[in-house]
Amino acid sequence: MSDKKIPNPKTYKFDTLSLHAGYQPHKNAGSRQVPIYQTTSYLFDDVDHAAALFNLERGGHIYSRISNPTVAVLEERVASLEGGTAALATSSGMSAIFLAVMTLCEAGDHLVVSSQLYGGTVNLFRLTLPKFGIKCTFVKPRDTEGFKKAIQKNTKGIFGELVGNPGNEIMNMPEIAKIAHDAGIPLMVDATYQTPYLCKPFEHGADIVIHSLTKWMAGHGSSMAGILVEGGNFDWMQNDKFPTMTKPYEGYHGLSFAEEFGPTAFTMKARAEGMRDFGPCLSPQNAWNVLQGIETLSVRMKKHCSNAEEMVKYLLGHESVAWVSHPSVPDHPDHALAKKLLPNGRGSMIAFGIKGGKDAGVAFINSVKLASHLANVGDTRTLVIHPASGTHSQMDEATLKFAGLSHDMIRLSVGIEDIEDIKNDFEVGFRAARKPRLVSNQ
Amino acid sequence: MKFKVNGNEVFASTGGRPFDKNKPLIIFVHGSGLTHMTWVLQTRYFAFHGYTCLALDMPGHGLSGGKSLKSIEDMADWINSVIDAVGFKEASLVGHSQGCLVTIECTARYPEKIKTLSLMGGAGAIPMNPELLTLAENGDPKAVDLMMDWAHGPAGHFGGHPVPGLYHINTGGMLAKSRTIKDTLAVDFRACDNYKNGFESAKKIKIPTLSILATDDKMCPVKEGKKLADLIEGSKVDIIDNCGHMMLLEEADRVLKVLKSFITTNYPSKNL
Repeated sequence: MSDKKIPNPKTYKFDTLSLHAGYQPHKNAGSRQVPIYQTTSYLFDDVDHAAALFNLERGGHIYSRISNPTVAVLEERVASLEGGTAALATSSGMSAIFLAVMTLCEAGDHLVVSSQLYGGTVNLFRLTLPKFGIKCTFVKPRDTEGFKKAIQKNTKGIFGELVGNPGNEIMNMPEIAKIAHDAGIPLMVDATYQTPYLCKPFEHGADIVIHSLTKWMAGHGSSMAGILVEGGNFDWMQNDKFPTMTKPYEGYHGLSFAEEFGPTAFTMKARAEGMRDFGPCLSPQNAWNVLQGIETLSVRMKKHCSNAEEMVKYLLGHESVAWVSHPSVPDHPDHALAKKLLPNGRGSMIAFGIKGGKDAGVAFINSVKLASHLANVGDTRTLVIHPASGTHSQMDEATLKFAGLSHDMIRLSVGIEDIEDIKNDFEVGFRAARKPRLVSNQ
Repeated sequence: MKFKVNGNEVFASTGGRPFDKNKPLIIFVHGSGLTHMTWVLQTRYFAFHGYTCLALDMPGHGLSGGKSLKSIEDMADWINSVIDAVGFKEASLVGHSQGCLVTIECTARYPEKIKTLSLMGGAGAIPMNPELLTLAENGDPKAVDLMMDWAHGPAGHFGGHPVPGLYHINTGGMLAKSRTIKDTLAVDFRACDNYKNGFESAKKIKIPTLSILATDDKMCPVKEGKKLADLIEGSKVDIIDNCGHMMLLEEADRVLKVLKSFITTNYPSKNL
C-alpha cells in the first residue's frame, strides 16, 4: 500500500454482479456461459479427499442434493446482489421458507409472523409447522408494536413479507428488526416482490432474506426455485436461544456452526443438516434457467416498475375501479415508508377493487386476453388473479379478513409488455365486468 | 476452546477436533481486523489429520476478550504466551498478512519454541496508506470495503468460493466488521505501519520456512514476498497464480496442498 490518493472501492456493482458473480470461466474449460452440471455426484480424488469433504474440512461437492456447481453459481450470485455472506438455493420459495424455519427452530419454539402473506405460507405457519411443534403468532404487518408484544420466551425469530401478499401492506422493517434484535432473535424477510434491485433488506436490519426465485428474479416463468440468503451480521452466540447453532453438533463430530463459520453459520447449517436430511435441492437445469433471468434483472425491474406506475394512474382514473393499492399512490398508508425502503421503484404488484364485487371480478378475469389468469406473480407477462377464489381460496372467511383480503380484490402482477396493450386488454375486462351476468353465461 | 492469557479470555478454534496435548501444535494467526474464521479451510484439515490446531482470535478480535495489542512485537510475545498457556513447549506457526509479521517476529524472538513457519501473503513490512489508516481510525466502514477490494484478486472479485454458496468479499467484510473497526482494524493497521523490524527478524530465522505468495496480491506483492523470503535461510517459496491476497479463501485447496506438504514433511505428526 502506498501514499497515493485513496480511491473508492472498485468491487463490482449490481449490474455487473448480475452477469458475473459466482463464476470463473477459467476454472470451467473457458466456457463463457455457466455450464449445467447435470450430475448427481462427484469423483473423490482418494479416500482422504472424500473424508475431508464429509467433515467440512475442504470445500467442494459430494452429491447434488447437498450442492451442485451450477446451483452454487446461482447461490453466490444472489448472495452478492443482496450484500449477503452466503446463500442456499432450494427447489422452491416454499422449501426455502421451510428450510429457514427448520434451521432456526426446534419443537417447542415459537415464531412471530406477519399476517399478510402468500396463502401457502400462511398455511405453512398456521397448520403445518404446529405439527412439528413450532407455534406462530400472527401480527398485522403495520402493527409494529404488535410484533414486540407477541414475542415470547421461546420465540426464535420474526418472519414477514416486506410487502404483503396480496394487499401491499409494508412491514416497517427497520423498526421490526430493532424489536427482533432487542429480543436477541433474527428477522427473516421474504423479499420476493422486491428482488435486490428494489430493496436490500440487510441494509435495513434483516438477518435472513428469502426469495421465491420463480418470480421476478427468473422472470421467464419457466422454473421453480427458491433461495435463502444470510446477512452474516446476526450474533448467534449472544444468548442461549440457539443451541443448535452454538453447541457441538453430533451430526458433524461436535461441530459448532457459529464458532466455526460465524457470518455464514446459518447457511452452513441449513446445507449440512437441512439439505442432507430434507433434501429440497434445486435442479441444475432450473438453476441455470434462473441465472438467465438474473442477467437482465435490473433492465426488467425498471420496466416492471414504470409499467406498474402507468397502470396505477390508469386504474385510479377508471370508472370501474373502486380502489387501488400500490405503494406509489400518495394516499397509500405506507407511501413514505416505501420511498425509504424501495428507492428504485415500488414494485409491480397492484391490488385493486373492481366495482360490482365478486361477480364483476370473475367476469373481468374471464375476459382479459393478454393478461394471464394464473397462480403466479413476477412473470415478464402480465398476470391477474382473484385471490379470494384462487391463491387464498383455502382460507376461511375469518382468516381472509385478518389477511386483509376482500372479495372484490384483483391481484395484478404488471408485466413488461407495451403499456398500451395492457390497458387495452383491461378495457375489454372492465367492459365485461360491467355486464357480469352476460359474460358468465357465455 | 477458551483459555486465559495475561488474565484475558482467548478464543481459538481447534478445527472441530478436541484439543489434544499429545499431538503437534499448529498455531494460525489471522490478518488485520480479521478472526479465526479465515482459517476454516486449513485448520479443519490439519485437526482431522494428526495435529492440534489453534486458530486464534487475537486479543480484542472475534470471540477473544481484552483489547487489541498495539504493536507487532507485543503480538509476537502474546503468541509465545499462548504456547505456554496451553501447556506446549513448541509449535508450528502459520500466519496470513499481518499474521506473517507477528509470526516472523515471534520466531525470531523464541527460536527454541518455533519449529516451522508458514507465511501466506507475507512481506517484511506492510506500510499503510495514511488515508486508509485515517478511515479505519475514524471507524469508517469504507476502510473495510477498500481492504476487501484490494485483498481479492480479479478472479476472487467474481466469487467462486470453494465452499458452495459462500461469497468471498462479503464474508471477509463481515468478519472485519464483527468488532468495532476503530478498536480492531485501525489498531492492527497502525501496528503494521509502525513495525520496522521485519527484515532484521527474518535474517535470524533458521527453521524451515515456507512463503506462499499470489500473483495478483496487491497488498503484499510477490516482489515484496520474495524479498522477505530471500532473507530467510533455506526458505521455500510457492506462488499461486490467478489469486489475490486472500489466498487462504480464494484458492483454499491449492494453499492447503502446499501447506500440507510443507508441514507434514518438516513437522510430521505421529498421530496420522
